[in-house]
Amino acid sequence: MTMIEKKVGSAANFVDERLGAAGWVKKSLNKVFPDHWTFMFGEICMYSFVILLLSGTFLTFWYDPSQRDVVYEGVYQPLKGITMSAAYASSLDISFEVRGGLLMRQIHHWSANIFMAAIVAHLLRVFFTGAFRKPREFNWILGILLLTLGLVEGLLGYSLPDDLLSGTGLRITSAIIQAVPLVGTYLTFFLFGGAFPGVGFIPRIFTLHILILPGIFLALITVHVMLVWYQKHTQFPGPGKTEKNVVGHPILPVYMAKAGGFFFIVFGVTAFLAAVASINPIWLYGPYTPGQISAGSQPDWYMGWLDGLVRMAPPWETHAFGHTISWNILIPALIVPGIIFTAMAFYPFIESWITGDKREHHLLDRPRNVPNRTALGVMSITFVLICLINGGNDILATHFDLSINQIMWASRISVFILPPIAFVITKRLCLSLQRADRDLVLHGMETGRLVRMGSGEFVEVHEPISAEKRFILTSHQQAAALELPASDARGVRRPGALKNKLRLRLSKAHAVAIPKVSAQEFKEIEHH
Amino acid sequence: MRHISGYRNHKGVAPLLLVIALFGIGTTFNVASASIKEPMNASARSAQIEEGKQIFLKGCSTCHGLNLEGSAIAPALMGVGAASVDFQVGTGRMPVADMSVQIARKDPVYNEEEVAALAAYVASLAPGPAIPTAEQLNYERDGSTAEGGELFRNNCAMCHNFAAQGGALTQGKYAPTLMGVQVHHIYEALITGPQSMPVFNDKTLTPEEKLSVIKWIKAAEAEPNLGGASLGRTGPVAEGLLVWVLGLGALIAVAVWLTSRAR
Repeated sequence: MTMIEKKVGSAANFVDERLGAAGWVKKSLNKVFPDHWTFMFGEICMYSFVILLLSGTFLTFWYDPSQRDVVYEGVYQPLKGITMSAAYASSLDISFEVRGGLLMRQIHHWSANIFMAAIVAHLLRVFFTGAFRKPREFNWILGILLLTLGLVEGLLGYSLPDDLLSGTGLRITSAIIQAVPLVGTYLTFFLFGGAFPGVGFIPRIFTLHILILPGIFLALITVHVMLVWYQKHTQFPGPGKTEKNVVGHPILPVYMAKAGGFFFIVFGVTAFLAAVASINPIWLYGPYTPGQISAGSQPDWYMGWLDGLVRMAPPWETHAFGHTISWNILIPALIVPGIIFTAMAFYPFIESWITGDKREHHLLDRPRNVPNRTALGVMSITFVLICLINGGNDILATHFDLSINQIMWASRISVFILPPIAFVITKRLCLSLQRADRDLVLHGMETGRLVRMGSGEFVEVHEPISAEKRFILTSHQQAAALELPASDARGVRRPGALKNKLRLRLSKAHAVAIPKVSAQEFKEIEHH
Repeated sequence: MRHISGYRNHKGVAPLLLVIALFGIGTTFNVASASIKEPMNASARSAQIEEGKQIFLKGCSTCHGLNLEGSAIAPALMGVGAASVDFQVGTGRMPVADMSVQIARKDPVYNEEEVAALAAYVASLAPGPAIPTAEQLNYERDGSTAEGGELFRNNCAMCHNFAAQGGALTQGKYAPTLMGVQVHHIYEALITGPQSMPVFNDKTLTPEEKLSVIKWIKAAEAEPNLGGASLGRTGPVAEGLLVWVLGLGALIAVAVWLTSRAR
């Protein structure tokens, strides 16, 4: 034993004797993680969160969370002598007078955008591969919570500099809260400390943005990752991969090296964006005053689809008993997102109710093999994209010589029509891909090589696919639709007939599939 | 009788010649300097108006009428003033190429002299806002950038965007970008209110305030992109697009590379 080994060994022994950590470390170091590029989205989220914590902490050193009026006397000439809030003035100082401040602000903002984009990508991967199925339903709900929290945290961060754009966002936020029937006005008074804009919201938002929400984030992310650790990662089907094992690299050294390196790459991409591309140039917007607004005011992209929904809502209002109910805000900004997020959170349970599948799943689905779920996902993406496009309707109008009204009407109509069409097209595409898989297994790959037979006939030579590929294409299970007899063995009608009918129809739609090649079929074709 | 040349040695000749020469120089100077101070005497002005009339009859009267009375597709021009003509024709909006939604800025069809002639002709028939002089447009001296910014955000940004990049109005109309617009054209737009734009008379915005707004617009035009590529100064839409395409795109590329197996 060398000197160093002795020293490290005695130090490890010291810790182990007191904490008994050796067993846990040994077990943990032998953890295996499967490899697939789509498994990295969650890591991007986690690393972006670390970058957000670090750059955000830097910003708090100079940011002054106060709406106290100050006269700007900094270096940026076009605003010199203008009265503004201390929050805005200190944000300008961070941008122009703190060394590296502008870069840090831009890293923080780009990182927030990457964070949210990676969350969405991660969510889509988990959804389309069915990774949310038992036993991972709770982790799915945690993920939805993190997404929702990210939306709120992003909105609050966007509001802190107190520039014209952020104030506009807050004005809309306050309008949305006011749209809550009966208690809306009281809620805004409670949140803003009086009528908008009030003088209290910047300090409140600051505490929420830098302390409370990051704290909740940290706790939820920890649980989220610990659950992945405990429940183990899912894997794509393949030879040697079963519901009972995990095939991949052990955490040391390969996985750790890759993951550690990936952190620096995420940081590098974020810093690169921050160094070359301007984000939220607050000095151009000017300080917020409720009387001002800029053309093309937009939220960040992750709120853009909600803005787009509000923008396409027709101006419906009801006046009753001295109250106004603003359907034009209530429906697109609260009811529709409420339904979407609730349905998203409960989707794992909804799907297992439809399929009647209560088993554990550690092997992922190939999206084509679950046409209904895949189609539902594409339908949702289509819906959000249409809303997002309408959220940027004014920018699209000026840059592509279009009319805002035309874009609005196109979105109003297509938001109802295109998602169902997307559903049907996706489902048919999935079934076609299943058919293609079946052909591949039965007849092999087209080689493009034409051979002329003795009789003069031309045939294309097909090459059999590898056993590995054949396994991947045929290993999935094709569950039959549920059978729920309307009456029991004695002819008594079961309760909940309507519910059962709905469940049967959904189950039937969910089970539609092109029968995969059975072992029997394959043997027969091999004989030919 | 002595020949006139006989007097050339007369002692009175030199003073007389001096007086004549001085008179001649003085007169020449007077005439010349007068033509510098007043570019146009009455006859030159009427010639310019006549030239403007000829251009008008050829290029404008089809729509605006032989006597500026307008038609079903074009407004009457009585009293619009030289400022309006200078803006509309000087920015190339008139003569119009496409009347579908909004008359767009383009390369001017007429040169400066012809624009001046047209403006003089239209102004000669009825009084209206005049073209501001260089003295009136000294924004560097009479304007304040910071105040102009406040005024711009109060009065202009809701249509022209926070950085004067332009924005959308209803039914395909738009507030154009103010980048690269000449100072007198901005001033004229303010006092004449072309197309969807409101008129900002001297009570709404005093001449000094107009110059402040212009000074701020010129500062915005000259402002370097302090945070890197500007992304068009149009707000978060471009930022969102970049983050998905370049940000997440690059990270996905790296993730694919990191998880690829050596073959």
